[in-house]
Amino acid sequence: MSKSLLAQHHDLADKTTQVKILSNGIFGEGKLPTFKKKLEPIGEFPLKPDTIEIFQVNVGYMCNQVCKHCHVDAGPDRKEIMTRETMEYCLEVLRKTDIHTLDLTGGAPEMNPDFRWFVEEANKAGVKEIIVRSNLTIILANPKYHDLPEFFKENNVRVVSSLPFYQPDKTDRQRGEGVFDKSIKALKMLNAIGYGRPDSGLILDLVYNPSGAFLPGDQAELERDFKKELKNNFDIEFNSLFTITNIPISRFLEFLIRTENYEDYMEKLVSAFNPAAVKGVMCRNTISIDYDGYMYDCDFNQMLDMKVEKSAGQHIKDFDLEKLSKRNIAINQHCFGCTAGAGSSCQGAVA
Amino acid sequence: MDKTYYDPADLKKFGNIADFEPDLAKKFFDYYGDVFKEGGLTAREKSLIALAVSHAIQCPYCIDAYTSDTLEKGVTEKQMMEAVHVAAAIRGGASLVHGVQMMNKAKKLSM
Repeated sequence: MSKSLLAQHHDLADKTTQVKILSNGIFGEGKLPTFKKKLEPIGEFPLKPDTIEIFQVNVGYMCNQVCKHCHVDAGPDRKEIMTRETMEYCLEVLRKTDIHTLDLTGGAPEMNPDFRWFVEEANKAGVKEIIVRSNLTIILANPKYHDLPEFFKENNVRVVSSLPFYQPDKTDRQRGEGVFDKSIKALKMLNAIGYGRPDSGLILDLVYNPSGAFLPGDQAELERDFKKELKNNFDIEFNSLFTITNIPISRFLEFLIRTENYEDYMEKLVSAFNPAAVKGVMCRNTISIDYDGYMYDCDFNQMLDMKVEKSAGQHIKDFDLEKLSKRNIAINQHCFGCTAGAGSSCQGAVA
Repeated sequence: MDKTYYDPADLKKFGNIADFEPDLAKKFFDYYGDVFKEGGLTAREKSLIALAVSHAIQCPYCIDAYTSDTLEKGVTEKQMMEAVHVAAAIRGGASLVHGVQMMNKAKKLSM
């Protein structure tokens, strides 16, 4: 298993280096228009939020996998982890606001020692929906995780799982050797207790992201292919497929630059800019929180250390719905990933 | 003027053919767009046919375009190569089937 960029002391582990690459080069030279330049003529700059509906909490960057495209640069060597104290601040916000969804991500969120406690407390806090973004293999990684499907079921957790393809080859090249087979086993465990089965009320969604420097195809068509192939070959069922565009930051940015795909990929994103997708970008209804309690407009901005505006209050301790609703959303050229074609978000296509 | 016939950057300028003759270009691109819409064939099937034809006519621009397009549509690499073999089989077959013409002529000419 390879190491994170951080453990490799790679230049691109430095967030300011990534922001510089996205700000300069083809965009600095004017070869391609910046994201701001594309928002201005359609009256969307500065980008403003709508009502906050989703609280996306990144409970730590530790993961049992080291995926090649990971925007978090997650892996077993990442030690950043959210404490119970920070979770308490998050719960406090959930208790006193109408935010309906708690979206747990990582790393592998299940590896946080307080993960289960957090889920149970969030249910007590009255949140309507809890999502866990699971990499699936964690369920099989250690006996202590084998009962996760039951835990999810007991706590009415919606499971959103990454599966970049319905065959082993592309999946394993992106996520690591043997990941496909383990993912299939985990999906069978989830199906066995009702997840993804019709009328069970237990939601199991899959996330598709392209296994390289190209855009995702049509979400409905890919969902149709995934459903057919997974049903026929493995008797696996799921609810929806979300297509997510690879965002040019962190490990995927490193891949793009190393393979000389960066300029072509950015050009592809820019030329596929869709104003209709701007209406549905997830930063409008989501707040992302890092392991330390700092707030961001999305998980990608979190990984670039682009916090919400200072005037909005940057830490969960200072959470103020009023101030946050007035903020300008922080943007850079990676945002083109969410507005290309049918758009992209943690809930899939948006346009 | 470059001293090579093909430049990958020219693919992105395909639309510029309208600069010299806009009306016909518009008709062509409208038609092109309609051809690739989902119909009796899925968009995925049409993309695979386009990939095979690209190889048959050996168009580098088309090969680049439809390699990306088939990948985006979730076509596997094995399926992509099978499509190229279809093109190769038809091309090879097209040469070989003329062997019958050669045989006919040879038999006619020969005692």
